[in-house]
Amino acid sequence: MQSTLWNDLAAALPELWMLGAVCFVLVFDLFVPAARRDLTYWLVQATLAGALVFTVAGHDGGRTLAFGGHYVVDEMAVLLKSAIYLVAGAVFLYSRPYLKDRGLFRGEYFVLGLFGVLGMMIMVSAHSFVSLYLGLELLALSQYAMVAFFRDSLPASEAAMKYFVLGALASGMLLYGMSVLYGTVGSLDIATVANALSQEEGRSAFALFGLVFVVVGIAFKFGAVPFHMWVPDVYDGAPTSVTLYIGSAPKIAAFAMLMRLLSESLGPLTGDWGQLLAVLLVLSMAVGNIIAIAQRRIKRMLAYSTISHVGFLFFGVMAGTQEGYAAAMFYAIVYAAMAAGAFGMLLLMSRQGYEPEHIDDFKGLNERHPWLAFLMLLLMFSMAGIPPTVGFYAKLAVIQAAVNVGEVWIAVYAVVLSVIGAFYYLRVVKYMYFDKPEESHPVQPGMDAQVIMGINGLAMLALGVFPGGLMALCLRAVGY
Amino acid sequence: MENVYLAIPLAPLAGAIVAGLFGKAIGRRGAHTVTILGVAVAFALSLVVFKHHVLDGASVHNAAVYTWGVSEGLRMEVGFLIDNLTALMLVVVTFVSLMVHIYTIGYMHDDPGYQRFFSYIALFTFSMLMLVMSNNFLQLFFGWEAVGLVSYLLIGFWYTRESAIFANLKAFLVNRVGDFGFILGIAAIVMATHSLDYATVFGQADRLAGETISIFAGREWSLITVICLLLFVGAMGKSAQMPLHVWLPDSMEGPTPISALIHAATMVTAGVFMVARMSPLFEYSEVALGVVLVIGALTAFFMGLVGVVQNDIKRVIAYSTLSQLGYMTAALGASAYAAGIFHLMTHAFFKALLFLAAGSVIIALHHEQDMRKMGGLRRYMPITFWTSVVGSLALAGIPGLAGFFSKDTIIEAIHLSEAPGAGLAYWLVLLSVFVTALYTFRLLFLVFFGEPRMDAHTREHLHESPKVVTVPLVLLAIPSVISGYLVGWVAFGDYFGGAIVVHEAHDVLGELAREYHGVWGFMLHGMMAPPFWLALAGIATAWVFFHWRPELAEAARLTLRPVYVVLERKYGFDELYLFLFAGGARRVGRFLWQWGDARLIDGLLVNGAARTVGWVAARVRGMQTGYLYHYAFAMIIGLILLLARYLYAA
Repeated sequence: MQSTLWNDLAAALPELWMLGAVCFVLVFDLFVPAARRDLTYWLVQATLAGALVFTVAGHDGGRTLAFGGHYVVDEMAVLLKSAIYLVAGAVFLYSRPYLKDRGLFRGEYFVLGLFGVLGMMIMVSAHSFVSLYLGLELLALSQYAMVAFFRDSLPASEAAMKYFVLGALASGMLLYGMSVLYGTVGSLDIATVANALSQEEGRSAFALFGLVFVVVGIAFKFGAVPFHMWVPDVYDGAPTSVTLYIGSAPKIAAFAMLMRLLSESLGPLTGDWGQLLAVLLVLSMAVGNIIAIAQRRIKRMLAYSTISHVGFLFFGVMAGTQEGYAAAMFYAIVYAAMAAGAFGMLLLMSRQGYEPEHIDDFKGLNERHPWLAFLMLLLMFSMAGIPPTVGFYAKLAVIQAAVNVGEVWIAVYAVVLSVIGAFYYLRVVKYMYFDKPEESHPVQPGMDAQVIMGINGLAMLALGVFPGGLMALCLRAVGY
Repeated sequence: MENVYLAIPLAPLAGAIVAGLFGKAIGRRGAHTVTILGVAVAFALSLVVFKHHVLDGASVHNAAVYTWGVSEGLRMEVGFLIDNLTALMLVVVTFVSLMVHIYTIGYMHDDPGYQRFFSYIALFTFSMLMLVMSNNFLQLFFGWEAVGLVSYLLIGFWYTRESAIFANLKAFLVNRVGDFGFILGIAAIVMATHSLDYATVFGQADRLAGETISIFAGREWSLITVICLLLFVGAMGKSAQMPLHVWLPDSMEGPTPISALIHAATMVTAGVFMVARMSPLFEYSEVALGVVLVIGALTAFFMGLVGVVQNDIKRVIAYSTLSQLGYMTAALGASAYAAGIFHLMTHAFFKALLFLAAGSVIIALHHEQDMRKMGGLRRYMPITFWTSVVGSLALAGIPGLAGFFSKDTIIEAIHLSEAPGAGLAYWLVLLSVFVTALYTFRLLFLVFFGEPRMDAHTREHLHESPKVVTVPLVLLAIPSVISGYLVGWVAFGDYFGGAIVVHEAHDVLGELAREYHGVWGFMLHGMMAPPFWLALAGIATAWVFFHWRPELAEAARLTLRPVYVVLERKYGFDELYLFLFAGGARRVGRFLWQWGDARLIDGLLVNGAARTVGWVAARVRGMQTGYLYHYAFAMIIGLILLLARYLYAA
């Protein structure tokens, strides 16, 4: 392998740029007076834009390994990173007025957020267990800190505590699984592990033992049942802008981790982890959809909705075909955009001293702000999977991939549960359009937020009508 | 020519779309300009087509314009069949439609729904043109349903009136019955021939006539009879033949221009047109022809009688329309298709005229429709009066006017016919002549003669209607007189060529044609025949009872009370249907709703499932205790279970 340092650095240019920019923002923010902190915000957006440019322009269409095989740039990395930048950019944009209204508009939020993005980038481009774990922990630590970021809030501190302890537990399990695999194979490199496992004696009981721990680590990151307990509490306890952050882009990074670990390195054991995923997804869909119905708090409802969507995402991966991987990737990206839109909507409806906490707060939104109500309708329809929104197509693609490998019964089960799930999404729509508003204060989000939310919401419709482009990218990313 | 054919239906459609979608933007003036322009273009092009095919003798055009889909060899297309029958219908439809469009400017002048109205009638014109120009059953059905839809919309045009909503629902439901038969007929055709194309189907008529179909086990039916009867059920609904006639009188709830255009001149004649178009099929079924003949004759006579006792000016004309449709249908049954279509044409002119004249009276009296509150109007509204006289004479069948020629031909044809039931039918249509003259002139005397009976205020403001109203009246009065002189060409000549097929044995018109020696001879003969004297008797009776000695009418009403009540109740069809079908459907619906839907589906299945899910949700959410160690415990348990699965397997 001819990898000079120079070539390695060139390959990792987006990460290096991000690292440098974050450090710069960190220092820069110290010298910016509070009144002009918008400068920091714009710098953050410029950082993301720069990363996007480096990622897309720096990619030569091929597959490049760097740093002794710990790092990889391929189609999947480029696509997922780009999606992460876009979602993160929207997240920061939606958050700005919310943070300002609550006196939380400080550099730390953005610095931590960007460090998290850097962690995600490393996860996406990881080609060994070590680099993967490095990215994962960078992201996780940033998130723990962000949840606790609103120091005076009791629920936020509690949520951060739970998140941290459970996260540490899950990280331990993941790390343990990785070390078991290292013990059996003798390598941390993803390709080497895959190679060794595909030998005849590769599928040892010891390897399967490690596999279970790895799957548990992944399941925790996604919040799949029964490793989901942290999700509702953290989503609900954290400041909404942090919930928005946690609930959107990291799902894409988690999907990358899933792909790198299960598909690329443990690919030879597809039949084994497929069964594990099947158990997890069956539980996730049921628990997520059914408990969401009983929730009155909007953030908890969306948290349970996340759990059910994870079930669908796993369903695509479980198929173990490239079609299924592409469908799951499509689902992950679409879900991140939907979640960004839905949580972002909570931020847009907030103002000084008020934020929507209950589903009831959506009552009569159509009378107060018909445009936002319409966008929320699109987002909810998309989450419920109602055509012609993209949520329908995402579910369809996943189910199609699974049915093609003969998983008919789980497909039927998934459809039935998504019908049950439609109830709580449509309830929001019903409140918005058919109930009288309980409060008359005008909803006045900023123009930039309205525009981006408009794009975000209408994208649900546009991608639903023309899913071909994104789907083609996803298929190419999995090497179809 | 293909582009001309295409432009004929599309011009009114364009007008309808512009007026309907951009009505607010283009305003009232814009709306009527654009729709009238569309219909005028269609009329002009129809004349071009008429000249091309009828006068210049171009060959029949039969081609598809657009293939919508092909399913197992069954082609679903939009296509045009242009022959002399189509050309005649095109001219009649577009001419009457144009007159009605112009008239509407005056009639709907103050209505808030002005643009909507113009959009609807232009849309109607499009649908009707698609219907008559079709070369296949699918498009025929499309046009058939589309005119029904517009008719529904227009009957309920004043949708805040409860009676209008009732009437349009009634029209819709009754037409459902007819259309159900119609679509079954089309389905039977597709089943038997695997084609929707007229030419293909007609080509196989001979074969179909020999086949039988077993609908109920053990009973064989002639296939062609089944097809024809089912198609005729459709015609009965659309052309309001007994017993599916009940919707037409109520359709008078719509604005008067609609009554003239849709419920007198064009749409209701679609059934007659359709049967004539299907003559290659009907000719093979003696049974179907007999049914058509008897139903038509019954409708002609009994509906005419009801017209005698109506007091609403529009309802009198509506019953008259029913009666005249009966004539046309009876003509079809006697295989005198050309006579039926000829009467369709003359009737379209004079009936549209009578309706529009009635509308003119109605506006003058500020939307008063009760004839008992009219009278003496001839002095105030001379143009309306004289055109009404022309229309009435034409309707009554006085020699020299259009109605005489067409109606006399039909009566003679039925007289000669040997179809089953022809004897009964002849007497019915003959007596109907007397009835027709009676109700027509009753109307004329009550409205235009005698002492004015309206209140003083209305009377002071009486004046002739504006030009946009009277000009169409005059323009319609002209063909109401002269179109009859075409009898030798259209009814007895070879006008229709191959468009209408009549078998040798049924060719009553051919027999009549041999004795036909020009219109004058025909008129002279007519004056010595019973219909003429019956008509005069009808007029005289009307004069005695409703002008000279009105108290005699009252006396007759009291003496003949049972008869009067039966007629007043319209033979009780409405009550029967309301009780049996409407009421029955509601009772069945209520049962299914309360037991099937509310209890079983909603209560047990839907709400039951929802309650179960909600109950489960409420229980399961309790697992989310909020305690960190519970969460960690769940994770560990999950891990152990997953591991157990593998350790066990290993």
